[in-house]
Amino acid sequence: MEKDRKEGIKGMANPGRYGIERVAYWLMRITGLGLLFYFIGHIYETSSLLDGKAAWDSMLELTQTTEGHIFLTLVIGMCVFHTGNGIRLMIAQAGFGLGKPRRADYPYTPSSLNMKNKLCIYVSIGLAALAMMYGLGVMYDV
Amino acid sequence: MTKGGALPKGFERPSSSPSQEKYEKVKPSSKTTTLRISKFNPESDSTSTFSEFKVHYQRWTTVLDAILEVKSNYDHSIGVRYSCRQATCGSCGMIINGKPKLACFTKISELDSDSVTVEPMNNFPIIRDLAVGFERLIETHKRIKPYIIRDDSEVTSETKEFLQSPEDVEKYIQFAGCIKCGLCNSACPTMATDSSFVGPQALAQAYRYVADNRDKGKDERLKIIDEPHGIWRCHFAGSCSQVCPKGVDPAMGIQLLRGYLLGYRK
Amino acid sequence: MMSNIMRESHIMKIHYLTALVAVGFVIIHIMIRFTHGSFANSLEFESVIANYESIPYAIVLEAMLILISVHGFNGLRIILLELKQGNAYENAVTYGCLAAMIALIAYGSRTIIMATMGMVEA
Repeated sequence: MEKDRKEGIKGMANPGRYGIERVAYWLMRITGLGLLFYFIGHIYETSSLLDGKAAWDSMLELTQTTEGHIFLTLVIGMCVFHTGNGIRLMIAQAGFGLGKPRRADYPYTPSSLNMKNKLCIYVSIGLAALAMMYGLGVMYDV
Repeated sequence: MTKGGALPKGFERPSSSPSQEKYEKVKPSSKTTTLRISKFNPESDSTSTFSEFKVHYQRWTTVLDAILEVKSNYDHSIGVRYSCRQATCGSCGMIINGKPKLACFTKISELDSDSVTVEPMNNFPIIRDLAVGFERLIETHKRIKPYIIRDDSEVTSETKEFLQSPEDVEKYIQFAGCIKCGLCNSACPTMATDSSFVGPQALAQAYRYVADNRDKGKDERLKIIDEPHGIWRCHFAGSCSQVCPKGVDPAMGIQLLRGYLLGYRK
Repeated sequence: MMSNIMRESHIMKIHYLTALVAVGFVIIHIMIRFTHGSFANSLEFESVIANYESIPYAIVLEAMLILISVHGFNGLRIILLELKQGNAYENAVTYGCLAAMIALIAYGSRTIIMATMGMVEA
């Protein structure tokens, strides 16, 4: 067995065993990577503008499909969650909203994993879901 | 129970045969669970296996009690570290049903499961079975200089002891409760992949000293942790605080410490 | 390594700053897209070209490109650094992400500058 016996990538599986904060960490990673790959594709996609209307319309044919709309809806959700949770993290990592250090006593509930933080995570997920629904509505002209 | 003396009512003396059927704790209120213990001897095994044992338990029986019962009566070779049995020494940290916990501080009745699976802590090398090596934790702990740094000393003829008000103590005492059990390092998702990460235990202790107004080594410590595998690889997953048995809340300490590096705290 | 050029705390301050500013610009970008009628209309070639010919909008696009590239590739660098360690690997990851970031910014800037200057094929 290796020296450190690291849990490895499979430590990422089943994030729910450690609470919503771990799920948020996991989602943050996934949405971040997803958005980066979307961004690279988007830069490439929009560069077809330089090749004229025909090239642009041909690119649109690829993306303005049902699959394309579903993918874009996911991107909207990823973007909203990543932004919302990112703002929560920035505030928490500056030391705000964590509670004050105090003498620990049974049952030793950690004050940093408080309802404020949990609520922000749930709000980010909720906002992402709402944004996805709104995006779908816009794309299908509802 | 005295050696050779009468047993309390409801208990039978085990027979000479070590088989499970011959040994019964006859208490009407006891329940039975399956205890699965991870077994691995690095000198002879290539991979870990699980040994299963049926154990009786009461409402108050801890996982450590069950492991020691198995060790006493079924498999004397089980390697397990324990000492105080009261969540003070930090020796008995292990993975219990998938989560890092202290075996002496975890009651079987509270696990709400038909079986109890115990494994050695993740992110630590195994010595044998449930006992793991703490070299990395000790090394990262030493790196952050876990002592008061200042030029003068309390121990001279002219000086008095360094005074602190109760408010001063309240700022760091929570983090001084760390018993170095390693559960936080085991739960941390960054420790799961990053061999060079300092770890939540060391970072929380760095904050303990930075927040102590007797200490003058803040800049020194901040310089140590301001590196690619230092404090910035913490992403506030909070798992360390979830599993800490002493309420140290390492996640809080780390974020407060980050405030110094980001300029929110002086 | 990058940490020899810039302290990790400075890199992370840039990471947070780019995130915050990029959010603002992305909101502006999406809102401007919506000033062109329906979603389908806003994607018409003429409508998109008309946007590029506005210098302030081109500046918004360029800013977004730089900010999101910096934030995204630094995030990728962080994830990759946590997966494996070692001097050679870490240097490769750091400089690789930097190179990819510069390449993407260059490619995107080419599109923005050429479209703004009207250098688009008929």
